[in-house]
Amino acid sequence: MASPRSRVGLFVTCLADMFRPEVAFASVKLLEMAGFDVEVPERQTCCGQPAFNSGARHDSAAIARQTIEAFDGFEYVVGPSGSCIGMLHHYPELFAEGDPWHQRALDLKSRAFEITSFLAQHLDMDKLSSSFKGKVTYHDSCSGLRELGVKRQPRELLSKIPGVQICEMEESETCCGFGGTFCVKYPDISNRMVGNKSENIRATGADTLLAGDLGCLLNMAGKLKREGIDIQARHVVEILADMASTPAIGEAEKRS
Amino acid sequence: MQIKSPEFKQNARIALQDANLQRALGNLKAGFPQKRAAAVARLPEFDQLRDEARDLKNHILEHLDLYLEEFEKNVVANGGTVHWCRTAEDARKKILEICKDQDAKTVTKGKSMVTEEIDLNDYLEKNGVTPVETDLGEYILQLRKDHPSHIIAPAIHLNIEDVADAFHEHHKRPKSNDPAHLMREAREMLRKHFVAADVGITGANFLVAETGSTIICTNEGNGDLTQTLPKTHIVVSSIEKLVPTLEDMTLFLRLLARSATGQEFTVYNTLSSGPRRPGDQDGPENFHVVLVDNGRSDMVGSEFQEMLRCIRCSACMNHCPVYGAVGGHSYGWVYPGPMGSVLTPQMVGIENAGLLPNASTFCGKCEEVCPVRIPLPKLMRHWRDKEYEKHLSPTSVRSGLALWSFFATRPKLYRLFASVGNRFLRFKAGKKGRTSKLPLASAWTDHRDMPAPSGKTFMQQWKEQNR
Repeated sequence: MASPRSRVGLFVTCLADMFRPEVAFASVKLLEMAGFDVEVPERQTCCGQPAFNSGARHDSAAIARQTIEAFDGFEYVVGPSGSCIGMLHHYPELFAEGDPWHQRALDLKSRAFEITSFLAQHLDMDKLSSSFKGKVTYHDSCSGLRELGVKRQPRELLSKIPGVQICEMEESETCCGFGGTFCVKYPDISNRMVGNKSENIRATGADTLLAGDLGCLLNMAGKLKREGIDIQARHVVEILADMASTPAIGEAEKRS
Repeated sequence: MQIKSPEFKQNARIALQDANLQRALGNLKAGFPQKRAAAVARLPEFDQLRDEARDLKNHILEHLDLYLEEFEKNVVANGGTVHWCRTAEDARKKILEICKDQDAKTVTKGKSMVTEEIDLNDYLEKNGVTPVETDLGEYILQLRKDHPSHIIAPAIHLNIEDVADAFHEHHKRPKSNDPAHLMREAREMLRKHFVAADVGITGANFLVAETGSTIICTNEGNGDLTQTLPKTHIVVSSIEKLVPTLEDMTLFLRLLARSATGQEFTVYNTLSSGPRRPGDQDGPENFHVVLVDNGRSDMVGSEFQEMLRCIRCSACMNHCPVYGAVGGHSYGWVYPGPMGSVLTPQMVGIENAGLLPNASTFCGKCEEVCPVRIPLPKLMRHWRDKEYEKHLSPTSVRSGLALWSFFATRPKLYRLFASVGNRFLRFKAGKKGRTSKLPLASAWTDHRDMPAPSGKTFMQQWKEQNR
């Protein structure tokens, strides 16, 4: 359990900031429930992954330095995305050993956690209380799964919510085809991948799709909507924080 | 082989619409990954073996020169000859020279991706030597004047009807769609070639330094006939296939079969250790090993060195969602899938193959299943670095990234930019919560809706709450 007054810096992520503020608010709520003081450093923007994965190392190093400074002094850095936190874990690769920034990047890496794995470790799960009721299926986002080992943690947390029934989909560990800039650089291939994914989601009979990464969720929700499939997509923290009364991702303001 | 990697996107688009190809690829998806998973589950020490294999390969690559010299010394001691070939052309010429020395009219071939890499068949044919592929998949492809789309299942892109058509056309026999029948027919056709061939050419899965042996792992037995019946056996291999000892080799054999097909062991594991000795019942009179470099020694000591650990099991492509969607031919050269996306730029130039290392979501599945733990996404990213350094990435991508980085490194401006974008997206979506058309975003909206932001940006709302 957390020592009293441990400070957590919330890494909001650019997608939560832009598209889904609820995800950041839900994260704050859960972290406070776990006994942390949560702050949102002003100097954060994006983790720099688009530059890093496009070969623009100079730009990604500049963003990394900014992020490292923004989160100086926090005991923990927590974000609602395996992909973005995974990127923070890549920061040491951007600096040569011996460069002081390399050490600072390693230090940030040791303090940076994806939200569900952090909660699974630090939250007294019996405190979770959510009025959510429904059949959910969970997509394992690639970076969280393979870079950070996020698999059982969100399911453990969800299992504490009485109204949640998990129906696992086929190939829950197969990429949804988002891949950052991949989805616009190779739209045809990405479309095939997200098409396969939406088929697997639909086949579960679940009414809600959950995941821990907004990139994947925007992609899958966008496809489900385009195909006219009535399944709601949400970030897992919305359920855990009992904040699922707002419209789901890509849904109209009021559902009829 | 003509390089079609620059047309990757068109190739992929056509592949996605090719119903027959998609049917064939569906078989792959259901086959190899499940068999591998079952084989891995039956071997609790599998991951430990992977660590050992990675470490051993790293050791070998650190001392590649020494092991290569030891290998040559022992091949010579066994009565064979080693030929060092820096380029694909050197290798082709050397192989032809050996064939001409033997007055060879036909050569039988076991399955070998290195001979694809050096484009051997065309060259031999142009110079009056007829190559006959004896691996069933390769044989089918040769009849169809086609190329492998997969490194261990070369004809995976075909369906049984395609095979039946090819056999009917070339063998002039009644058509049959029965796999067993087709196999018998191929066997019958190949038998006369096995006996008539003057030279047999095989690849090698591993080269064993301590004994000067080469080994092939096959499931059909065609390799055995290819290398024992003709007077001359030529092994064509690349330099990174070395292992120090026979015992080391067995470590890799255990990993290879399980990672590739989910077998505990490949059916035929055949060692060749030089020409026939007095008293031997069979074997060739002449034994040659053609060692191909073709860019590999440039990888030693570079950021791509880890790629040289590859044992060509194909697990990375079998599990790759991109390969599974578009098939191997889309990649446009010899090696497809994640391993090909790292190797191809090395061999044909990043300026020709830049689309390949970009054709990955970095989902990491390839690295997860690689028996020698090659960090394939990291290596593909290194190619993207090179591409960016050399100003080869498209201008639109570069200027987009530069603009985005400009904002991302100025938090206050970024906030402003984000709130304007946020308002625009909400305006476009109206009350629907999503939009189906967006300027400059057709790559997204052609296939899926764009969910709208659910409210002001988080940073705006957080500030308004005075927290």
